[in-house]
Amino acid sequence: MRFKDVFSIIGPSMIGPSSSHTAGAVRLGLTARSIFGCLPESAEIMLYGSFADTYRGHGTDMAIVGGILDYSPDDPRIRDSLNSAQRAGIRIDFRTAVKPTAHPNTVTIILQGSCREDRITGSSIGGGNIEITNVNEFDVRFTTMYPTLLIFHDDRTGMIADVTRILCNSGVNISHMDVDRKSRKGDALTVIEMDGELPQLVVQSISALPNIHRICTVNQRGESCELHVT
Amino acid sequence: MNFTSLKQLVDICTVDKLSIGQYMLQEQALESGQSEQQTFDQMAGYYRIMKEAVNKGLTENTVSRSGLTGGDAKRVWENKQSGQPSLGLEASTAMAYALSVSEVNASMGRIIATPTAGSCGIIPGVFVSSQERFDWDDDRLILGLFSAGAIGYIIANNSFVSGAEGGCQAEVGSAIGMAAGALTELRGGTPEQAVHAVGLALKNSLGLICDPVGGLVEIPCIVRNGFGAVTALAAADMALSGVKSVIPSDEVIQVMLEVGSSMPDAHRETAKGGLAQTPTGKRIMKSLYGSVSQSDNSDKEGDPT
Repeated sequence: MRFKDVFSIIGPSMIGPSSSHTAGAVRLGLTARSIFGCLPESAEIMLYGSFADTYRGHGTDMAIVGGILDYSPDDPRIRDSLNSAQRAGIRIDFRTAVKPTAHPNTVTIILQGSCREDRITGSSIGGGNIEITNVNEFDVRFTTMYPTLLIFHDDRTGMIADVTRILCNSGVNISHMDVDRKSRKGDALTVIEMDGELPQLVVQSISALPNIHRICTVNQRGESCELHVT
Repeated sequence: MNFTSLKQLVDICTVDKLSIGQYMLQEQALESGQSEQQTFDQMAGYYRIMKEAVNKGLTENTVSRSGLTGGDAKRVWENKQSGQPSLGLEASTAMAYALSVSEVNASMGRIIATPTAGSCGIIPGVFVSSQERFDWDDDRLILGLFSAGAIGYIIANNSFVSGAEGGCQAEVGSAIGMAAGALTELRGGTPEQAVHAVGLALKNSLGLICDPVGGLVEIPCIVRNGFGAVTALAAADMALSGVKSVIPSDEVIQVMLEVGSSMPDAHRETAKGGLAQTPTGKRIMKSLYGSVSQSDNSDKEGDPT
């Protein structure tokens, strides 16, 4: 089911004019910001399909940048986000491109800071709902409407069992899971959508497992964000 | 959620003797793990914002950022005040309210997407005008939003609700179906009648393309919201009178999927066809962007096949 509940149909509360081009775009920006973990020094924003064709009229540019600034979809400051980003010293670069296989409303957001670059691709699938389809060249699929755990790790036997055992012991139910790896024994990303918030202590015990590079959590129900690097 | 079709929804509600709205409230609480009261309160907050938007569009300046639209809700409202609108007073009020919310949206004001921002005027237009007319309390309307949400949930998961995917039939069309079904139930219709209203309404917008001038949610989106509210009233009246959708509503949703999937790219929100590419549409786009397409300078990437 692409749409999970009644509030994905009635809602969100948002600043107009377009749920997919404005509210969904804010959420895509927010997701990139959550994964990156802090305000970036620069953002390169590549728009595809209908996003590329109509972004100026819909305020998609202001919306994505608003998300990167950690604004929620109904934050009136979205209207002034481009100026706010400039005042905060963030370099913003918009580009449009053609990718015939992508969903009509797709964006790739590349955030850069002193120590890292994150590259997030996602689509706005209607009614303000989004689907993330790629994170740092890993093909994964998640909606951000559940508390979501992104675990960057080495591909090793038993890794997923170790993680899910910790979740199981803490009583957190997994609603959806997706795993992708670059190569056998190479870099991997596991994405876990959960029914409940993850206690900080549980995140810490997962970070303490061997072969984990980095963990971040995304949750647009509560708009929270935590980041751990081990 | 334990239902994927309108038929299942009717069967469950009929057996459990629940309205669609009551059942959806229960299901949503189960799905989110929150209490029914918390779930209800969230929707109550949304209904308050809808009423605010209705009022804002009739009392404040709603000229859009592009300057292309604004003020039509007030025009329709003033015509209604003359006492002689062709639609009659009630339908004319629903139309004015729908235009109002849609204009607030175009001017970057706060609205509730129902199911999208492009179609955000229809449900508030129908709900707020009906509430005033029949003197219903807020709780009744809030439950009605759960009913509209259940219908939209089925349409969205079996077909689509965004113009970019399925054209305006998916966006404004879905909102009309949701409003029609919910109003049927609010006025005392059975779940079965409500679902007939959905099918009747959807049939009337099949094939409607998404062709916004300049790519903006303004022309023709705003007036289509006004028309949509009136159509929802009509579909609810048909269903309450006993008119049935001979083609079952679930099958009509499949037709929307089929039609939307075969719609050319130019007619799915890209502003590359339809009204957007008329001589006037092009002239407006040129005055807004200095070219007839926003993507003249696109890079090429990916496999073009």
